[in-house]
Formats: sequence, structure tokens, C-alpha cells
Amino acid sequence: MRKVWDLIGGVHPPENKHQSVQLPIGVLPLPEKLVIPLNQHIGAPAKLLVATGDRVLKGQELAEPTGLVSVGVHAPTSGTISDISEYPIPHPSGMAARSITLIPDGQEQWVDHVGIDTTYSFQDYSPAKLLEMIRHAGIAGLGGAGFPSAVKLSPRKAITTLIINASECEPYITADDMLMRERAEAIVEGVQILSYILGGPEEVLIGIEDNKPEARAALEPFVRDTHIQLVSFPTRYPSGGEKQLIQILTGREVPSGGLPADIGIVCQNVGTAFAVQKAIYFGEPLISRITTVTGRACATNRNYEVLIGTPIAHLLAHNGFDEHDCSRLIMGGPMMGFTLTDPDIPVIKTTNCILAASREESPTPPPSQPCIRCGMCAEACPASLLPQQLFWYAQSHNHERLEAHNLFDCIECGACSYVCPSNIPLVQYYRASKGEIRKQAQEKIKSDRARARFEFQKARKEQEEMAKAAKREARKQAAEQAKAMTAERGNKPQGSEDIVKAAMARAAESQTSPAEQQARLERGIARAESHLHTVEKRLETIREEGSEQQQEQARAAVEDARRRLEDARRKRAQLDEATGSPDTDKVMARLQAGPRETLEKKIASCKERIAVTRQKIADSDDETLKAALTSGLEKQQAKLADAQQALAELPDNTPDTPVTRETTDAAANAIAQAQARAAATRDLPAEEKLRQTVVALEGRIEKARAKLDEARAGESEYVNALQAGLEKLQDKLLDAQQQLNAIATQPSAVDDDSGDAASSAIARAQARVAELASMSEEDKLRETVTSLKSRLEKARIKLREAEAERSEHVDSLRTAAEKLQVRLTEAEQQLAEYHP
Amino acid sequence: MALLKITSPHAHTAQSTASVMRLVLLATIPGLIALTLFFGWGSLINILLAGSVAVFCEAAVMHLRKRPVMFYLGDNSALVTAVLLGLALPPLAPWWVVVIGTSFAILIAKHLYGGLGYNPFNPAMVGYVVLLISFPVQMTAWPAPLPLYAEGVSPPEFLASLQIVFGLPGVETVDAFTAATPLDTLRQNSGLLIAQLYEQDPLFSLARWAGAGWEWVNLGFLLGGCFLLYRRVFTWHGPVAMLASLSLCAALFYDGGSSASHGSPLMHLLSGGTMLGAFFILTDPVSSATSNRGRLIFGALIGVLIFIIRSWGSYPDAVAFAVLLMNFAAPLIDNYTLPRTYGHKKSRRATEKKE
Ligand code: SF4
Ligand code: SF4
Repeated sequence: MRKVWDLIGGVHPPENKHQSVQLPIGVLPLPEKLVIPLNQHIGAPAKLLVATGDRVLKGQELAEPTGLVSVGVHAPTSGTISDISEYPIPHPSGMAARSITLIPDGQEQWVDHVGIDTTYSFQDYSPAKLLEMIRHAGIAGLGGAGFPSAVKLSPRKAITTLIINASECEPYITADDMLMRERAEAIVEGVQILSYILGGPEEVLIGIEDNKPEARAALEPFVRDTHIQLVSFPTRYPSGGEKQLIQILTGREVPSGGLPADIGIVCQNVGTAFAVQKAIYFGEPLISRITTVTGRACATNRNYEVLIGTPIAHLLAHNGFDEHDCSRLIMGGPMMGFTLTDPDIPVIKTTNCILAASREESPTPPPSQPCIRCGMCAEACPASLLPQQLFWYAQSHNHERLEAHNLFDCIECGACSYVCPSNIPLVQYYRASKGEIRKQAQEKIKSDRARARFEFQKARKEQEEMAKAAKREARKQAAEQAKAMTAERGNKPQGSEDIVKAAMARAAESQTSPAEQQARLERGIARAESHLHTVEKRLETIREEGSEQQQEQARAAVEDARRRLEDARRKRAQLDEATGSPDTDKVMARLQAGPRETLEKKIASCKERIAVTRQKIADSDDETLKAALTSGLEKQQAKLADAQQALAELPDNTPDTPVTRETTDAAANAIAQAQARAAATRDLPAEEKLRQTVVALEGRIEKARAKLDEARAGESEYVNALQAGLEKLQDKLLDAQQQLNAIATQPSAVDDDSGDAASSAIARAQARVAELASMSEEDKLRETVTSLKSRLEKARIKLREAEAERSEHVDSLRTAAEKLQVRLTEAEQQLAEYHP
Repeated sequence: MALLKITSPHAHTAQSTASVMRLVLLATIPGLIALTLFFGWGSLINILLAGSVAVFCEAAVMHLRKRPVMFYLGDNSALVTAVLLGLALPPLAPWWVVVIGTSFAILIAKHLYGGLGYNPFNPAMVGYVVLLISFPVQMTAWPAPLPLYAEGVSPPEFLASLQIVFGLPGVETVDAFTAATPLDTLRQNSGLLIAQLYEQDPLFSLARWAGAGWEWVNLGFLLGGCFLLYRRVFTWHGPVAMLASLSLCAALFYDGGSSASHGSPLMHLLSGGTMLGAFFILTDPVSSATSNRGRLIFGALIGVLIFIIRSWGSYPDAVAFAVLLMNFAAPLIDNYTLPRTYGHKKSRRATEKKE
């Protein structure tokens, strides 16, 4: 005989089991309807597979498990689904849950189902396969809370002991007892399957209370040659509690808050073992169970194999239920069962007993008296708690003390209430307190989370504010600097030549070499392409499941990406054009009538300019300016070298230009200007590009603003992101405008909108040279005055526009206009001198 | 059909608070018989008197508190208090002593603290101590036990006893019957070896183990206590711890029976209110420690206190003081003697915060 340990505490309520074991397990006629709740177990409710009106076959899966801790439900018989709706289910709270109503057609037509191939043993299948079969058979623990068996059978730790709970310690219930008496062989087979799935634990114990000698005798022949041991122990409630049974059979305790698997033990109910056997050998899902119908309010007390979903009323009706004598209708046993208020509630997988107690059996409890601290409850408590202290602190809602007194180790067995001479419903207090504490804990978690979220948001907002302020500051400074610079530049008396040079220098400074630029644009295009790809993809997914607004946003993003790509491509094309365009020197050479002289002039002017630049470099003490000037100088030197070479290469027979020296000078001047600009353009069609950029940016800002407004209106979470994006765009625009401004302030650029067309400018310059050559001094002056007037006019219009828009260019435009005014006055004076 | 909604469990023992109290009352019978046999009708009169006063007080309080009077009287707890007090008081104590003691116990010690289940002190012992301090003369006048009476003289009859109790003229006062208790005798002993004392003093020489009459009274209460233990009305922890620690102290200070000795363990166990205290007073669940471990400590310390007060104090007996003192300590003991709960490695403290 194997040693058994003593149950701590415990009580001896009257057993009342003999009444229901007089008759064999019976079968009831089909009820009119079956109601099958989707959630009859711990874990996620099953997912519906059928619809109202469907005809289903017996054993057909009606709902499948969702997630790991979930089991499916199956049709207990063939018939038609008449309804799928909320229905009161067996639950202590009397709550309702989604349930399938099935109207049986009486044909009991089975769905195709097969178990394992009987020519093999179950050991020829992998445990995983068997587990899958168990899961699909919808088997949940038939003894207690209905934990999905497949989950319990795949523990994370190695299992040394499998315990089959055949204790059935609650009074009145005999479902397991009768099952063992009548289906012993199947149970033992089921136990063997369970043992195999668990990897063959060292010990397999079937624990039976010593008040069931018949059941033990029935099992004995089948376990004789197996490694399964039958262990009897004294009858005492609650020996069938999982933790208590483990303690009785092994002397070990499941750690508080832990699982039996933590100490290498798995506990399964005999009913579960039986259901497993049916599932594995025959492929039958769990659609029925043994339920005891008992209590003195029923004429017949007996066990039945009941279809899951059978209304309790159906069971009662077939057992001579006397509703007048019934004091309470209990699902489960008298110690832990709960009362039902609606006899229409269906039998579920965990329904082991229906107890219709008569008034005599369960009189209305007398009012409770004060706790006299007699300690009888503590003597009865199997968890070694102090129920009287728990009660005391539960009354005063002292949660801290309750937890210190291990309230959560209370298994709600009811032994304490059972013995309490003062009739205090102790368990009720514990349940309520547990609920309170859980709720409080949840609320605390919630409020903690909310606080963390709030603080995070606050911090982020502050950061954003700071970043914004910094940006604003930077922008303001940049704007001031730009103004100061333009003002400075505007005040400096500058010859057109200088301005061109400066422009060239700036261009050289701000622009990288064409090759680099090209590479960068290439990269830009690639980036834009990939971006477009991503946003298109996103749009695709959003189209399927996203909201209106999300779709709108995605579409806008795609648009944006497309435009950016085009932008990049266009820039690329421009660069190609610019780099691929004929060299201005060559253009000039082609256009020039007298190349030799021009070249000579050019060389001279280059030399002159180089000298001036050198002087400037020497004079200047601004580092950046110096650098710019130096780079300009280098270019000039390169040009000089070019020109000298060109001159050297010039064939000797080139005819001289038939123009006067004076004219040639003026023309050369114009040509030089155009040339410089052309050079600048080649390196960078700066102004045009910038202008394009500005336009594009303005467009994007417009869009971004619209989006932002929309987001604000919709209180979208993207507001911040959009805001940041908009700011970035504004920064970019500002940059571009500044650059553009810098270029635009030069008269050469101001007067000519298409200033990048170097060749056309050259052509015009040529034309003017020719014109000038044929004009008198007076005419020339007149011409100059007219042109200046028209330019001044244009400049004024621009200025007015700028003023109206409060543009940042106002100052520079005003300077430009003033300068033009000065020049015009000068020219007019000169002209006046011709007419004394 | 109106189906009741009631939480589990749906079964209940037949035992009720009233039946528990009834068992306690029943268990006092052997002791009461011994008292009556050896000390006359006085104790019975005490009990009857105290009982009626207690019930009256209880009913009055319940009425004042607007509670269902009969329901609360039904728990028999007031009766138990009265009976215990009546057993503890000297037989033939004047009626007003009994009335004052009982009403103090019920009104002040019990109901002022919230009634049954809420009283931190054992009401009977509070009443006893109040009387002992207020009326030391009446409280120390114990009649002589039967064996000490001279041939032909007998303790007063029932009616005579009543007359004595109610101070009616025409009969002797209680002083005619009083004698020292064994504990008094021992305390007053100077210069005699224990063996000599046992030989010379008829109180001991006429006794079998400890003190004439007293030993039987104590054995009677021991019997009743064993009955209650058998019926699982309380656990063995408190009484056994108390008796053991008292014996141990007595053994330690027995001093080989010298003249300085404080008496043998057996003498202590069977004298005064030892057994009444062990099985009926310190087992009062309301005011004792809660857990079994706590009760061991509670009982043991009471044993020690009893011995100390008996040996070096100036009161005739010490059970009441010892119990009241330990009632103070019970909540503290409770905080540190929680049982080890299933699944926990060790027991916790009640004052502990989260694990
Ligand atoms: S059994 Fe009842 S009366 Fe006794 S201590 Fe426990 S709760 Fe109090
Ligand atoms: S219900 Fe809780 S406190 Fe009461 S006996 Fe059971 S485990 Fe102990």
C-alpha cells in the first residue's frame, strides 16, 4: 500500500451518495432543443462556424477554438440551428453568453469521424498529434473549472506524476463513481493515453476516496498489469480539490500562485480520461457527459449520460421533480455548487450534478450571528488559513491584512462556512473581497498607465515646444542675417562686374561640381522611387481595411511622392542639359566676328579682374567672403588660361572685327557680363532652379497646411507629425527664398527673368554691340535712359508687389530700384549734356 | 417557482453557537457538583442569581440597541458568562456582589465593547477582578470544604444558604463557615517543610493529592474540559500549554519541598481555579489568541503568570489576572502566529505588506 498523507482540515458533511447509485447510468430522450454556449470553459470563447438555419450533423464542429486556451464546441446531435444569441448560461453570476440553439431532428446522424487506426496503437502516433485530436474534440476539464485539457497536457516542465482525480469528495455527486463502475476499461485506456502524451511520468495515480469500493473494484482488473496505481484515502471533504489531492497523494504542495506542473504534477479528472479515450479511439468529440440528478425534490435520483446543451428543465422533468418542495436548484454539489434561478439553463461540459434540494435538505439559512471566534473554521480550512480573521478583515475591507492572511490561497471550498456555528456565509465574503482587490489592482494598473501616458505626453509636448521655439529663433536669426547681408550688399557701391563676380563666387561656393550634383540627384531619384513604392503599397493595404481618412492621407502621400520623383527627374534633366550645353566660350567664339581681338580683350579683362579680386582678397577680412573670392579667382584664372590657349590656337588668318574700338569695348563688356552669367548658369541654373524650388515648396506647404488643418479638425494623432513636416517645409522654403533673393538682388538677374538662357543673352548682347556700333553717342544715351526707365518701372512694380505681400525681398528690391533710379538720373544728366 | 439564489456551501453542520454554548454549560456540571458537594449550595445559588441577572442585562441591552431580543438571547453566551462567574465567586457570597459582578461583566465588559465577538477581555474575568478589587473581604471568604467540618456539623442547607446570601437576619453569617484555601495556607506558611505542612494542616492531611475538596472541584472541571475537547468545542492547545507551563514553573520552584517552596505541581494543578481557568476561561474563543500556535503561546504565558502571581502576589488566586493580562497580548500574538498556508514555504506576519 502506498503511503497517503493526511488532508489538513476538512469536514465530513453527510455524503448522500447512495440515492443516486441505485440505478445504472441512464439515457434521456432527446430534448426539444439544445442550447450550446460558445464559452463553457476557461479561456477565449470559441469562434462560430455555423449560421442560423444551417443543418448540422451530430459531432460536427459548431465553433472552433480561438487561440491556445480555448476549445471548440460540437453539435450534440443532428438538427437545425434555430438561433444564435445571448442565452443565460450556468454561471454563479447568472450571466448570459452567446449560445447556439439547436433543434434536434431526431435522426442522430453522425458526421464523419474516425479515431486512430485501430490496427496501430495510440503509441504509434506522436503526442502532438494526439494533443491536436484532443483539442479538436473540444475536451475541457470535466471536473472543475473546465480548463482546456490540451493546454494542461502540454506543460512546460517535465512531468513526474500524473494524478487522475477520482476523489469526488462533494456530497451527493456520483457521476465519476458511476462512470468508473460502468466504463472502467475505457477510463484506464484514457489514462494510458494521457500518460503517453505526458511522456510517461514515473507515477500514474488514480486517487479514490475510500467510500467508493465498487468503483475501485471495477478499475482494479484493468490496472493490474499497468503502471497505474489505484490509491484510496479516507473520505473527507475537500480531498478532491486539486491541491488537496496532490497533497494527500504525494505529500507535496503546489506553491502558492503556481500550478501543479511547477512541481512536476498534472491532474486530470476521470471523466476527462474517458472523454480522451473516446476522442482518440473513435474520433468522437465531447458532446455528452455523465451528470447526477439528485436531491429530495426529485423522485428519481440517478446518473444520466446527458447531451451537452440539454436544458436542466428537461432533466428535471424526467425525474419527477417537485418544484414545490424544492428550496434551491444547485448546479454542482452542495459545498461548491451554485444556485440556478432559471431551469432553462443548459448542461455544459462541467456540469457534474444537478441537485434539487428539498426544503428539508437545504432549509433557508438562519440569519448569521456574530463570529464568536471559536476557530472551528480554522480547524476545517484545508488551506490552513484563519477564516475568522479573513472574515474580520473582509468586513472592515482591510485589503492589506487580507492579503497578508493569504486570502488568495482560499480555494472557496466552503468547509469553513460549513462548520461555522454562527452561520456566517464566509465564502461569500471572501469572493467579494477577492473581487474588490482584483478590481482595485486593475484600476491601479490602469491609473498607473494613464499617469505614465500623461507624463510622457507632457514631456513630449514640452520637448516639441522647445524644439519649435528653437527653430523659430533660428529662423528669425537667419532672416535677420539675410537682411543684414542684403542691406550691406545693397549699400556697397558695386559695379556690375563685381556683382557678377560675386554671383559667380557664390554659385561656386554653394554648388558642388556637376558630377557630384548629378550623383546626388541620382540618389534623390532612387529615394523618391522607393518612397513612392512604399506609399503606394501602404495605400494598397489601406484601401482594403483603412478608414476614409486614412485612405485620403495615403493617397495624398502617393501624390506627394510622385511629385517629388518628378521633381527629382526634372532636376536631373536640367542638370544634364546644363552640363551638356555648349561651352559659353565656344559659343562666344562662334558668335564673335573677330575672335582674336575678343580673346585678347578677354584676356586683358580677365587679368584686370584677377588683379581686382586679388586686391579684394587682400583687403577683405571676412573668411567666407575670402574663400568665395578665392574660388572665384581660381575660376578667373582658369578662364584666363583658357582664353590664352584659345588665342594661341586661333588660326592666324582669322579676320579682325570691323568695329570701332569704343564699340568693341562696350560690346566686350556686355559679352563679358553675359558670359559670366552663362558660366554661372552652367554651374547652376541657380535662379531658375531656386525659383522652381520655391514654387514647388510653396505648393507643398499649401498642401501640408491643408492636411494639417484637416488633421486638426479630425483631432488626428498625426497633428504633431504634420506640424513638424510643415515647419520643415517652411524652413526649406525660407532657405530657397534667401538663396533666390541673394541672386535676385543683382540687377543682372533682376532685369531678366529668363536670366539663365546664356546663349540668348549673349545673342542679345551681340545684337546690342552691333546696334551700339551703328548708334551715335546721344542715341546710345537715349537708349540707355529708355532701358533704364523700363527697368526701373519693372523694379518698382516688383517692389510694390513685394511690399503688398510683405515679402522679405522688399529691402533688397528697394535698394535695387534706388540704384536704378541713380543710374537713370546719371544717364539723363549725360543725355542732357548733349543738349546744352 | 421562486428559486433561491444563495452562495455555496449549501450544506451546514447542525452545530450552532447556541449549541456550542450549551455544551459549555453542560461541561461545567461535574465541577458544579463537586463544588456543591464540598462547599454547599452557595455556587448553585451564585449561578442561578448570576444567570438571571445576565439574561436580564442582555435583554435590556438588546432592547436598547433595538435588536431582536430573543434571537440574541438564544445564543446562550450571556448565560455562559454568568455561569463561569458564578463558579468563580466564593460560594455564599452576598447577593449584591453577584449582581454587581454579573452586570459589570455583561454591560461593561461585553456590550460596551460591541457585544458578542467583539469583547477584547473575558467578561466573566472582568467582573471577577472588579469584585476582587472592590470587595476583597467578601471575595476572599471561602467556606471550608466538607472534610474540615467537625463531626456532626454540616454546611448550611439550601434555605439557610439563601438566607446567608441575601443577608436575612436569623442565621449565622458566612464568616462562621470560612476557612483558608490551600493557596492561602501555602502562602502563609513560614518555616514548615511542605511535608510537615501536609501532615499538620487538615486541609492537606485530609486530602488525597492536593487540598481537601479543592482537588475534586478541579478534577470535576478537568472532566468537563475533556468532554469539550472530545466534542471539539476548542482545541487542546491553550489548556495543555497553560497546565504544562504552570506545572513546569511549580516543578522549578518546588525547591525540594523546603519551607520556601511554592508548592508542588500537583498542588498547583488541583488548587484554586486552575482547571476552571484552563478549560473554561482561557478557552473563551473571543478573547484568546486565534491560531493554534498563538494559543500555545497564550496558554503557556498564562500558566507562567498564574504561578508568578500566586507565588509572589498578594491575591488569593491568579487565574483572572493572568487571563486578563494575556487578553491584552492576544492581538499581538495573533499578528505573529499566522499558520503556514498551503503552498507557502513559511508563515507570514499579519502586518506584512505584499509578498
Ligand atoms: S467558525 Fe464562524 S464563529 Fe467560529 S471563528 Fe469561524 S467564523 Fe467565527
Ligand atoms: S473556503 Fe477558503 S477559508 Fe474557507 S475553508 Fe475553504 S479554503 Fe479555507
